Order: sequence, then structure tokens, then C-alpha cells
Amino acid sequence: MLSKYRILLPVVSLAVLLALTFWMQPRAMSYFGLNLLFNLAVPIALATIAQMLIIMVNDIDLSLGAFVSLVACVTATYLNDTPALGLLILVALVLGYAAMGAVIHVLDLPAIVVTLGMSFVWGGLALFILPTPGGAAPGWLRAVMTVKPPLMPMAVVAAIVIAAVTHLLVIRSGIGTVLRGVGGNARSIARAGWNVAQLKALAYGLAGLFGVLAGMALVGLTTSADANIALRYTLLSIAGVILGGGEFIGGKVSPVGAVIGALTLTLAASFLSFLRLSPDWQIGAQGAILILVLTARLLFSRRGAAA
Amino acid sequence: MNHDDNAPVVALTRAARHFGPVKALDGVSLSVAPGDCLGLVGHNGAGKSTLVNLINGTFGPSAGEVTFPGGAEGVRSVFQELSLCPNLTVAENLRIAHPNLKGFGWRRAARAEIRESLDRVFPGHGIDPDAEVDSLSIAQRQMVEIAIGFAPRGGRARLVILDEPTSSLDAGIAEQLLSHVTGFCAAGGAVIFISHMLGEVFAVASRIVVLKDGRVVADRPADDFTRSGLVDAMGHVATEAVAQQAARSEPGAVVIHTPNGLEARQGEVVGLSGLAGHGQAAELARLYFSQTSDWRAGRAAQAVFVAGDRPRDGVLPLWSILRNISISVLPRDAKRGLVDRAAESRLAQEWKARIGIRTDDLDNPILSLSGGNQQKVLFARALASDAAVVVMDDPMRGVDVGTKQDVYAMIRAEAAKGRTFLWYSTETEEVCQCDRVFVFRNGAISAELTGAEITEERILEASFEMQEAS
Repeated sequence: MLSKYRILLPVVSLAVLLALTFWMQPRAMSYFGLNLLFNLAVPIALATIAQMLIIMVNDIDLSLGAFVSLVACVTATYLNDTPALGLLILVALVLGYAAMGAVIHVLDLPAIVVTLGMSFVWGGLALFILPTPGGAAPGWLRAVMTVKPPLMPMAVVAAIVIAAVTHLLVIRSGIGTVLRGVGGNARSIARAGWNVAQLKALAYGLAGLFGVLAGMALVGLTTSADANIALRYTLLSIAGVILGGGEFIGGKVSPVGAVIGALTLTLAASFLSFLRLSPDWQIGAQGAILILVLTARLLFSRRGAAA
Repeated sequence: MNHDDNAPVVALTRAARHFGPVKALDGVSLSVAPGDCLGLVGHNGAGKSTLVNLINGTFGPSAGEVTFPGGAEGVRSVFQELSLCPNLTVAENLRIAHPNLKGFGWRRAARAEIRESLDRVFPGHGIDPDAEVDSLSIAQRQMVEIAIGFAPRGGRARLVILDEPTSSLDAGIAEQLLSHVTGFCAAGGAVIFISHMLGEVFAVASRIVVLKDGRVVADRPADDFTRSGLVDAMGHVATEAVAQQAARSEPGAVVIHTPNGLEARQGEVVGLSGLAGHGQAAELARLYFSQTSDWRAGRAAQAVFVAGDRPRDGVLPLWSILRNISISVLPRDAKRGLVDRAAESRLAQEWKARIGIRTDDLDNPILSLSGGNQQKVLFARALASDAAVVVMDDPMRGVDVGTKQDVYAMIRAEAAKGRTFLWYSTETEEVCQCDRVFVFRNGAISAELTGAEITEERILEASFEMQEAS
């Protein structure tokens, strides 16, 4: 019952914000306008999915922003110049993420500490690869990110595809169900004969994969990279997961909600620009929108618990 | 019947399991054959859970062996504490226990299997396989868990261990379960049935095994037992305690009185007993918090707490022994808001001598002490305060016999000075030290015993449900 309503609030928040934006700026209601509004939401949505996969197993990832930045640097340099080596590095990064998950579980370390530490490792590597902003996006990546599908702009199509694929993976598939079970009651999963360390490694590995996709998508849009390009993704992705109806503990997550949460966050920024709010106030105002939505959610869930 | 049918599903030979110096299971030989319904009874800490964990492979035996002549497949456990994933649906929880459900359409298969199993065990259950476990009542969750235990899951359930399966089920549903268990065993399945409801055990078990202190003290067909014989087999009569009773002081005025009938007088040692998890600890916590954390209670604490679960709510692991003792009296001994270092160390030295904490330097970290000595520090912390009521939550956990005797004596001495002790313990021997004992069952007081009435027999009698399971 609860799971069905979990998706309602993110949808309503996005719809309200979208309606307000169109009302303020009717010209945004077009193929070109929508693409412009949601372009940057694609990498954020991918990063939010990555964060969601970690939150799903009751952990939190504070290194995601630095990781996406590192991937962006690799993509803009190695993947562009020597594609084979670049691909190898990206695969190694995904495996590194999986190993991080296994280590966190086996040594019973707090994820928040390990990922905070790793964020400096990723950040250092990114600076090492690209000390000054630069690099170039591989042509094919640029082409993918600027493709103009009929009917709907790329950003909207991408959001739908990401939501559908991750919904299948996390909610519908058998292994996704088990992974959510790890967040719900890891002991019961272990008792049923699963290897929880492997499952956590899988969850982290998938998160790494989506982190890599986020970094690549970002470079495809910006055409170049720098070592700090995506640092704010850490907090954006956490906010996106929560906005999308996920919860910090208990394996209660919604991939569709997470994508919608990412879209809402991106839209909030544009909306505030349309309001002609001074950039000095924008971050504060963004925070206010977040608090507003979360308050609404708290009120709903309180009422749900009382009923 | 061929030979294979008669081979036991599981056989334990002199299986033992030690946790440090504690012998949780001390050489148990036992076998369960197809068609057996084994009733397993025993008091707290008798080794029931350890036995279950050995059979389901949570850990291996320290000595002896556990064998499955027909293979370990089809051995399932339904645990006492609920072990479903609350964020998943009923059908998804079956998927967790049944990894072979794969491919497209696994969801439909899981739904059908769990519905079928629920229908078989609990006809008319009214549980939707697509409901999230979160949204189910405790009883419904327990039913789902039992149904998953009996579900085929790609094979066949051969041995199902039910650990207190009826604790959250009402009588009608429990009856359905019992009749299913009977039918399951008649069809060649085996069940290990653990319950404190002796009526249920008699209703369903073909054989009863009594565990005490990690050993099997009786293993006979159920018909050979009588109710009182079973209670006798579980406990031993504490004779020593009666002799000590004479030395006890006369109690004074009532200092604590709770709505559900718990009462304590000044200078009295009041025991809270019964099986673990029947509301004693919760009652104790409620009582303690009402005396202290409630803002209306005022600043001077009326009660102090001695924790039994030391790592969770006892020691401050990073602090020295000295700091661990003085934390309870810092506001009292402070000078203008600053800690009086001299008074602090005087107090700690005094208690070190009085209570016999074995250390040469009170500035050593608390974790350098053994468990028993850490517990002494916690006692010192409580007794150093001025509080009139001392609340003790199973404080002798993991404490050696010598320390126990010291502490008993100290409690007696402090009670004689007019302090009131509330003592929850899972060990009946300790409870027999008390002046007055309240036995809890299902969150309510089922008996109040005083003086010579406090015997292990009477406590056991009151902790176990004696009514017929019709």
C-alpha cells in the first residue's frame, strides 16, 4: 500500500514545479525549451540512481561527486585519446567500487567514513589526470548526448529509459529483490543462504557502473572536464533519492522516484533563474524547496501511520 | 518402509558449543526421524536456541558432530524474532528463501506458491501475497514466516524447526498451526517444536526433550510426562535461598507503585522474573525513565540504573575506570560547574576498595578490566550516587561466581541501609535472593511471590502457561 503512494509525492512535486515554470516562461513549453531545461538532469539522474543503489543496502556514498568527476576526467582524456585504455580504466573503476562495497561489509566499516576517505582518493586521481580544466569529449559521446529524437527531446527520452531500465533491474528482477532485501533485513538474507558480501559488492558495483555512465553523460554535454566538475553531485544525488520517495534505511527506494527527484532538483534551479532571483540566493532557495517537499512527505507519512 | 525412510533427518552426537567459558550446549545427543514431532522445552539459557542454531548451521559445534544422513536440504527454521524483510512483499520474501525462482514470471510463481502454502497451513488467512510485510500485523507476519517454512521451495520440507511459533498468534490461528503440524508429521515430515506453552507442546509433540544447563535431562515419549513432571524436569529446587531469608530486613514504606501492580518498599530487594522477553525489561525501563528522564521528575535523580548489556548501555568504552565511576555524581560533587578532580578521585578510590575492583591504576581504560570487574564499576557508579532506588537490568550477565557472591552481599548491605533494589534477572538462582518476586508473562504480572514462596518451582510454574491448549 505504502509503496504505491511513495511515488505520488515526487510526481506531484515535479508537476507543480513544471506548471509554475511554464506559467512563468511559456516559451519553455517546447521541444527546444524542454531539452534546455532538462539537459543537465541526465547525468544527475544517473548519479542519483547510483546513490540509490547504495542507500538501498543501508549505506551512503559521500564519494559519488568526486567519483563522477574522476570519470569525467578519464572520459575527456583517455577515452578520447586511447579508447581501449580508457575503457579499461572505467571497468577498473567499477570493479573498484564493487571491492569497496565488499570491504565495507566484510570489515564492518561505516560506509560514510570509507566513502568520505575514498572521495579524496578519487579527487586526487582526477587532479592527477587533468590538473587544469580541459580535455575533449569523444565524438560519438557528443553525438549521443545531442541526438534529436522525434516527438520528445533527448533529455526526456533518456530520463524515461533510465527510469524503466532501473525499475526492471531493482524492483522487478529477482536479484534486485534480494538486493532490496539486504537493506530490509540483512540477517534474514544471510540465513536464507545468500552471501551478503557478494550482494553488497554487486550493489556497489552497479552504483559504480551508473556513476561511470553519469560521468560520461556529463562530458558528452559539457564537451570538456575538470577535476571538480561534479563535486556537488554527492549532495544532489542524496537529495534526489530522498525527494524521490526513498528512505535512508530499510531498503525502501524507488528508481522511478529517484529519476523524478533528479529532474525536480534540476528544474528547481531553472525555476529560480526564471524568478530572476539573484544567484546569491539560489542555493538557499533550492534548499527551501527541498525542505518544503520533505515536510509535505513527513506530514503524509505521519498521517499514514496514524490511519 | 525401506531403510532410507527410517534414517533420521538430523542426528547430534555429543554436540557441544562453547562461547568462551560459557557452555551453552554441553554434549547433547539427539536424533529426529521422519514423522517425529519433537517438543523441546527448557528454561532461559538452557540451550534451546543454541541447539537450533547448530541444526540450521548458523554455527558449527565446538565438539561432537551434527549429521544429516539424508542431506541438509529441506531443513528449515522459523525463528522466534521475526526475520522477514519488511520492505518486500510477501511473495518477494518467498523469493529470498527460494533462489531457484528465476526468469520472467518468477513473481507469478512466487505468488502462487506462497498463497498455496498459506492456504494449506492457515485456511482463511486473508493475506495478500502482494502486500508489503510492513503493512501486515505481527501475527500475519508470523503466519507468513511459518508458511514460507512449510512451502515446497523447489523441494520438500523435511524438518521444520518452529521456535516459539505461537507467541504472537491468537488461539484460533495457533490451533490451525498445531493441526497442520500434526498432519505434516503424519505425512512423514519432522518438526522440532519449541514453546513455553506446555499445553501446546503436549497437544502436538510425540516426544519431549527437556534441556537444562546445556544438557538433555529427559528424552521420552510425550505420554510419559505429566505437566508437573515436566516442570520438575526443567528446574531444580533452590534450597540454600530459603535459609538466607531469615536474615532479611523488615521492609519500610512503599516507594514504587506502578499501574500494573508492581510494588516495592524501602529497603526491599524486588525481583522481576519470568521467561526472557515477557515484558520485564520493558517494565524496568519504563519505571526507570519515569523516575529520571521525565522532566517533572526534578533534577536529583531518584533512581540509578545498572546495565547488564554493558557494551550497549553500560560502559563508556573510551573513558578510564575513574571517569566511568564518577559520571553519575559529577553534578553533585562539582564546584561552580567545574569537576572537582580531587573529590572525584577520592570517591573512585573509596569504591575501588569497597567493591574490590582489580586494577592497580584507576586511570586505566575501562576495557582493560575483565567483564566481572567492568560490572563492578557499573555497580560502583550506581551505588556512589544518592539515589534511593537502584534498577538492575540482568546485571550478572557474564559475571563469574566469586564476583556474584560479592555483589549479593553488597546489595544486601545497601538494602539494609534503606535502599530499594529492582532486579530483573533471567537466572532463577538470583531471583531467589530477593524479598519479593514478580513473575511476568506476556507483558503482565502473572504472580507475586514473597518470602518462602520464592522457589524455582513456583517461578517456573508462573512463567509457563499451564492452561490446556484444548
